[in-house]
Amino acid sequence: MIVEKQFFTFARNKPMVLECGARLGPVTIAYETLGSLDEERKNAILVLHALSGDSHMAGRYSERDPKPGWWDIMIGPGKAIDTDRYFVVCSNIIGGCMGSTGPSSTNPSTRRPYGLDFPVVTIGDMVRAQKALIKHLGIERLFAVIGGSLGGMQVLEWSLRYPGMVRSAIPLATTARHSALAIAFNEVARQAIMADPNWQGGNYYGGARPNLGLAVARMIGHITYLSDEAMRRKFGRRLQDRTDLSFKLDVDFQVESYLRYQGKKFVDRFDANSFLYITKAADYFDVEEQHGGGSIVKAFSKARAKFLVVSFTSDWLYPTYQSRELVQAMKKNGLDVSFCEIEADWGHDAFLLPNERLSSLIKGFLECVGRGL
Amino acid sequence: MDSEKRDIRFDLKIIASWIEPGSRVLDLGCGEGTLLHYLREHRQVVGTGIEQHEAEVAACIAKGLTVLQGDLNQEVLDYPDRAFDYVILSQTLQQVYRPRALITSLMRIGSRVIVSFPNFSHWSIRLQVLIKGMAPKNQQLPYDWYNSPNIRVITLKDFRRFVGDLGFKVIDEAPINTQNQDRYGSIVRFLPNLRATYGIFMIGRGDETKKCKEG
Repeated sequence: MIVEKQFFTFARNKPMVLECGARLGPVTIAYETLGSLDEERKNAILVLHALSGDSHMAGRYSERDPKPGWWDIMIGPGKAIDTDRYFVVCSNIIGGCMGSTGPSSTNPSTRRPYGLDFPVVTIGDMVRAQKALIKHLGIERLFAVIGGSLGGMQVLEWSLRYPGMVRSAIPLATTARHSALAIAFNEVARQAIMADPNWQGGNYYGGARPNLGLAVARMIGHITYLSDEAMRRKFGRRLQDRTDLSFKLDVDFQVESYLRYQGKKFVDRFDANSFLYITKAADYFDVEEQHGGGSIVKAFSKARAKFLVVSFTSDWLYPTYQSRELVQAMKKNGLDVSFCEIEADWGHDAFLLPNERLSSLIKGFLECVGRGL
Repeated sequence: MDSEKRDIRFDLKIIASWIEPGSRVLDLGCGEGTLLHYLREHRQVVGTGIEQHEAEVAACIAKGLTVLQGDLNQEVLDYPDRAFDYVILSQTLQQVYRPRALITSLMRIGSRVIVSFPNFSHWSIRLQVLIKGMAPKNQQLPYDWYNSPNIRVITLKDFRRFVGDLGFKVIDEAPINTQNQDRYGSIVRFLPNLRATYGIFMIGRGDETKKCKEG
């Protein structure tokens, strides 16, 4: 499956007014599509990526591309999100750094990268930009919106902001709003970046990058994506390339080596400022306040979609009780909702890993939505 | 899917026959969704199930049924009043810790509640206690006293009185003679409390009974 990254630019003449009141324009969105739109334009699925994801959901850019997209296990011909049946779209979020307008993009008024002049964007702004893309693709109503974690927040936002455009919605491993715990982890990660001397108040483009800070931020993230159980299984107290403790401040344990590797790998592909902006958007997200005037039940009175909510037992970033809260609000509004808590040891990241059960849930749910057409 | 194309269990078939086509149904402890699937295909109901076990929930959703994973005692509290035309509690009442609270909240969320349970006053059980002097065991109740999930000993007579005490009315009842998991069975008309292996009851609010009978 060969895919090509495409670009759509809007708000050229009339800038987009963001939730914070700032104006942003022009706005470019990087996106990829798989499968084909049917004649009635009823088979479009929008896939929404998480914090560090991008538009490259599945397939490869060329025959020689060594690595497929981030959800290749789920999306493709014959897979749960079957590209033989559905037209699948995934776009990079605004504020990101994988082709959509973000802090590393050129500010048209200065002709230099935005840096911290980039306005703070919200999940709502990201979804409004996605809506412009969906309209541009000629789609009036989405067959399904699907995403995990930060992608799940966008799923919820879609279902509440544009209820008439969402036939079905699958929020995975997500939450109606960040707990203090989740905000705390994000804040520590942001502090790591901003404490890096190379960060330079966000004006590091063209010079040395705050790689150390970004790597530490990623390491913190990875701790929250795993679980006590996952770490015990994966690393335990095993040592890395040695038989005894070094009695130096080097890497002793495998878990240290793993985190350093993840941190290092991340800085090659991700922009530190984007990390700051996206984590802020996640912290600001609050379904209750933004859609229900303080009530999650009232918030979901707007929704019309058929829902499938999925959580994972070992997810301590967005634990199951947070998914249940969503389900409860949907039930109180008489919405059609299914819920499953999948037993998994891999923590928050479980939704990205191969999982027969998750695949069969999504496949069966989508087939059922299809029967209702 | 093949098993569902064939006949379903006799007791489930009776329950299905009581359900008006096109109604809203909640099935508590729905297992792999056999009844819900049958009702969707044959009665065009809008169905929801509640089930505690992940594997069974997943099987239901994979079949395209709307099912929630959770504890039925908790899950029923979230629904608005009369959210369903029928709430079904099939062969689960004998395992419920607080039956009064549960049936009362089921009557809040549903217009009709259908309950089925194994009849503890069946003659074979009475004989076992009488002759062997030990806690009864049979195909419907295959457990020992110490590992049985069936913590409530219910008879058809007891249930009728229980419904009256709660201020509700029995609208319909079917004492049946069938073995566990059996597709065949019969309705017991003579001495049901002694001869029926299971009881199936449909209960409603007192005020509706008359209308229903006249209609």
